[in-house]
Amino acid sequence: MTQYSIQNTKDSKLKTEEMVLNMGPQHPSTHGVLRLELQIDGEIIIDVVPHIGYLHRCFEKHCEAMTYPQIIPYTDRMDYLASMYNEFGYALAMERLMKIEVPERVEYIRVIMGELQRIASHLVALGTYGADIGAFTPFLFCFRDRERILHLFEITCGARLLYNYIWIGGLSHDLHPDFIRLTKEFIKDFRPNVKELNELLSYNRIFIERTANVGILPIETAINYGVTGPNLRASGLKWDLRRDDPYSAYHKFDYEIPVGSGEKGKTGDCWDRYYVRVLEMEESLKIIEQAIDTIPDGDVSSAIPKRVKPPEGQIYTRVENPRGELGYFIISDGSLNPARVKVRAPSFVTMQVFPELCKGFMVADVVAILGSVDIVLGEIDR
Amino acid sequence: MKTAEEIFNQLKEKFGSSIIELKTDKPVEPFIVVHPLEIDKICLFLRDDKELLFDSLMNLSGVDDANGTKVKDDKGLETINGGTLSVYYHLESTKLRHKLTLKTSADREKPEVVTVTESWKGADWHEREAYDMYGIIFLNHPDLRRILMPYDWEYGFPLRKDYKNPEFYQGMKVPY
Amino acid sequence: MGLLDQEFTEGNIVIAKTEDLFNWARLSSLWQVGFGLACCAIEMMATSASHYDFDRFGVIPRPSPRQSDVIIISGTVTFKMAIRIKRLYEQMPDPKYVISMGSCSNCGGPYWEHGYHVLKGVDRVIPVDVYVPGCPPRPEALLEGLLKLQEKIRNESIVKPIRSGFVGKSA
Repeated sequence: MTQYSIQNTKDSKLKTEEMVLNMGPQHPSTHGVLRLELQIDGEIIIDVVPHIGYLHRCFEKHCEAMTYPQIIPYTDRMDYLASMYNEFGYALAMERLMKIEVPERVEYIRVIMGELQRIASHLVALGTYGADIGAFTPFLFCFRDRERILHLFEITCGARLLYNYIWIGGLSHDLHPDFIRLTKEFIKDFRPNVKELNELLSYNRIFIERTANVGILPIETAINYGVTGPNLRASGLKWDLRRDDPYSAYHKFDYEIPVGSGEKGKTGDCWDRYYVRVLEMEESLKIIEQAIDTIPDGDVSSAIPKRVKPPEGQIYTRVENPRGELGYFIISDGSLNPARVKVRAPSFVTMQVFPELCKGFMVADVVAILGSVDIVLGEIDR
Repeated sequence: MKTAEEIFNQLKEKFGSSIIELKTDKPVEPFIVVHPLEIDKICLFLRDDKELLFDSLMNLSGVDDANGTKVKDDKGLETINGGTLSVYYHLESTKLRHKLTLKTSADREKPEVVTVTESWKGADWHEREAYDMYGIIFLNHPDLRRILMPYDWEYGFPLRKDYKNPEFYQGMKVPY
Repeated sequence: MGLLDQEFTEGNIVIAKTEDLFNWARLSSLWQVGFGLACCAIEMMATSASHYDFDRFGVIPRPSPRQSDVIIISGTVTFKMAIRIKRLYEQMPDPKYVISMGSCSNCGGPYWEHGYHVLKGVDRVIPVDVYVPGCPPRPEALLEGLLKLQEKIRNESIVKPIRSGFVGKSA
């Protein structure tokens, strides 16, 4: 697909008419309840106005009314595809605010859970992306593998989707005796499945035609808008908070940070954003393998404070969520409830750059671009 | 890499009284308090200066300081008069790897802050959200309207500490 | 009903009540509106994907409400969305059924107290046939909800519909 200059279409002799096309909030490929107002000239996008807030669940108001540990279940429900990571970020922020040292075993388990969650989240992103473009089989294949990760979570904490597992200072449960064995089996079975996904989707001719050279995000625009995570890395910047602002036990492991290279088109196009996620899943597998081989013994609940009452102050802590930089800005007034919790949601920021990506492309490309930036509406609207 | 103190001294030299103070005592992270109507110029300087290069806005959050006088009516509902609303800016330089927090406060009755969308386009929605939740007016903002709440929501700004829920919205009951 | 395991080579005649035939046809191919709201939508997707396979009950997602029989309200309903949900429901042709999936759409869920923008139960806007509890409900729970709906349809009568307007709480 090619990008059309908006001026050219206006100068051409063919008479076209501008119109406004509404997309969503009920649309099978808006990944939830997003409404897009497309201004189009013929088939070419002139401007896009996203309307959000259809899932605004008042997270920040709830935080002010809850005690600190009670907030954890609500963080789960923000980015419901990466619940473990949301808890992880929140627990980390609170531990830094209260200066709690967590046991090493806890750090390792958090890393394992976080990376498993990253794979599960990317599997949904890739599977639904395929389904959006028109390939339904990868969707079923991805969900098949995701079910196994959910099973691992389920034996650990009893829940499939929203866990309440990572607590301030520790974890709610230790690992299940079978966990290590099952995880090793999963990794062994999953590696060939990634190759299978590559054959099915990544190097599929039709898929490349639909995604390469579409929705190009230049690196300067990405930084100026504050885009983070796989979307930023696909544009070519090696920026990963696990390495650039290290937290937890990530500095102990050896892994690569994949960046977009423009293999099929230009750097920062939809295909790059897609493929960075495929590569990231393999890197996550490496981290999990190293972590389960070297996991130390210990008690996972020894550092959990009986009463969470942080000192007066404010902190901004961020982690590398599957979608980018997830930041928690917490202001404590010294009482049992926070005075303010603001979440810097990666999808919220990424969604802002969306109109820039769409301009000059066709209506059908909007679906391809939207799938490639991988948004979760629960997190955009909070 | 520059510390908050070095940046504070540099800004103080350049902008004088617009830079109010550097707070390091209580909070975990130090932050610089600046004047709400000068924040755009300060941010442009922070972005473009060769030794600072804050090219990315990580976060922008509105905060209700709730430091005014609290009046309770006969139903026990609280209203806050006076005091301030604040905005926190978390900046980062991806090239020089340093971070900075700015804070600015405006009167609760007339909360006006100048927009920083000129420096970082990503500030657009953050500022709309702060307007939506707290009613902070960002001067010169290109498109300041509600973002999360419905466009026709006329029952106030929900994250203010003295917000009161309406009974009905478009015929739908709001309380449980 | 046991119609499909018989052989039809001889052009046999099957005698059935119109009601039974209609109900059987309706309950065996419930097409749902392909639309998700929040966390529960992910479990709904998992239900229709491999492993749980919604398809075997005749449920397939349909992008348009005008061609659907059932709408699964899968997640938190906000005020902004409630207006749209009502419109979607009104666009569906009769007979239409509603499954409310998860605590949020049943009663507001964890957002019942401080949720200034959350509708406390989708039954304040549209009538609900089956409530599936859970936060989020497991895929098995959603399947059970669907079986309950099928049971309900099986006992329906053309003359006097069993399903009334507002079940449970009134608006």
